[in-house]
Amino acid sequence: MQALSPLKLLSRFGAAFMEVAQDVGGMAVLLYKVIRCFFPPKLDGMETWRNLYKVGVKSAPIVVVTAMLTGAIMVIQSGALVAQFDAFGLLGWGAGFATLREVGPIMIGLMFSGRVGANNTAELGTMKVTDQIDALRALAIDPITYLLVPRFIAIVLMMFLLTIVGDLTALVGGAYTGQVLLGVSPSLFASSVIEYIKLEDLFNGLFKAFTFGVAIAVVSSHYGMTTSGGAVGVGRSVNNSVVASAVLIFVLDYFITSILH
Amino acid sequence: MIRISDIYKYRGHECVINGVNLVIPQGTQVGLIGPGGAGKSLLMKICAGLVRPDSGSVLIDGTEVVGIGDVEMTSVRSKIGMLFQNYALFDFMTVEENIGFPLRQLGGRSEEEIRDEVNRLLLAVDLPNTQKLFPNELSGGMKKRVTFARAVIANPPILFYDDPTAGLDPVTSGKIFALLEERRERGGTTSIVVSHDILGMRDICDSFVLMDHGRIVFSGTREEIEASTRAFVGQFWRGEADD
Repeated sequence: MQALSPLKLLSRFGAAFMEVAQDVGGMAVLLYKVIRCFFPPKLDGMETWRNLYKVGVKSAPIVVVTAMLTGAIMVIQSGALVAQFDAFGLLGWGAGFATLREVGPIMIGLMFSGRVGANNTAELGTMKVTDQIDALRALAIDPITYLLVPRFIAIVLMMFLLTIVGDLTALVGGAYTGQVLLGVSPSLFASSVIEYIKLEDLFNGLFKAFTFGVAIAVVSSHYGMTTSGGAVGVGRSVNNSVVASAVLIFVLDYFITSILH
Repeated sequence: MIRISDIYKYRGHECVINGVNLVIPQGTQVGLIGPGGAGKSLLMKICAGLVRPDSGSVLIDGTEVVGIGDVEMTSVRSKIGMLFQNYALFDFMTVEENIGFPLRQLGGRSEEEIRDEVNRLLLAVDLPNTQKLFPNELSGGMKKRVTFARAVIANPPILFYDDPTAGLDPVTSGKIFALLEERRERGGTTSIVVSHDILGMRDICDSFVLMDHGRIVFSGTREEIEASTRAFVGQFWRGEADD
């Protein structure tokens, strides 16, 4: 393999940097345009309900399953240590603290980006390459107001609400696993959660869920709306959207945790 | 009236629309013809404000389309109906919802009135009993007719037809051209028809504009184009291959 000349290397680095800058800039502009639609509120009611149903109701079963297993895994992981120190009264705190503050929002965020974000990009991307977005514009309808604002509301709101559902389900899963594996009664598990976990822990996780929701909505919509190149382009956009959402979730999590800790 | 002045559009270093000037008088139907890649569909999208040119001006009924804001553009677009080459039907809506969509967005009509108008148009385009079907359940010809119905339902004074018969069999193409002719005969609509189907276009357009490599190489009536002595114009009009 031939070594790249420094100039070529610099040119490739520059091109990659420009690509990332273009995407970040595009997402910032998109977020601004979406937020602008809320002052005064401009949105299509039917489209919003359709998206709330599609994003929320259809994602609920998988969120419940994922969260229940997450709670169970937290208990299995901490179980050995809890048994070693005979600290059964801390099991609820151990599993709940990690789930509410960190694992819950991240797991649901990643699941959301894979399911809802990918679907959003694929739908918008297909509409873009088949001229449906242009058809909306030709009919004097703003695609941001008609398509993106309802999706933004649905993704952010449902990410937030489903994280609450997921948190509760994870605690139920943890309590059940604690009873089956360690013989810790659900009441002891619950009292440990109530005694040691503060509301701040819950709000911390919910703030992360809200932020992840905004990130998934903006990233998936940006990649959808900038799709080109037919079916191959749609596939590429979906891939970029899922990867960028996942990376952004971890980056945001790092900064939010650093600031709020 | 549509007035296009000095339109240039580049893709990279390639000039895909090269200094186009054109005036389309009110109430006329113009056939925009030319080989593939000549820039016909792109010029039409520029006129509809869907693509921004690098320079030049497009006036639609006296309003500048190039470089205006979203709000002003929305008011211009409310005068425009467009039939897209690859249908552009909303695939999450039924036929009935697709056709009635422009009227619902305009507001001011009851659901019953919209439904009646949709049914009337579906009969006009010979697609009865398709109201509840989704676009993926329709053939290419049926989709084109649904797209036509959606483009004309709000009675826009300006219509753009982007290759309305692409990929259709001759019988279905004939039906589409008949719809376009019927629309023209009703009068009052300014329209541009982009097509490769010279034979079908001959009788339904008031004048023709021939494009090649982003430039207008001929503009005139059917009689003028038939009388043209320029080799390229004659060959293209008669559908003859190069020697």
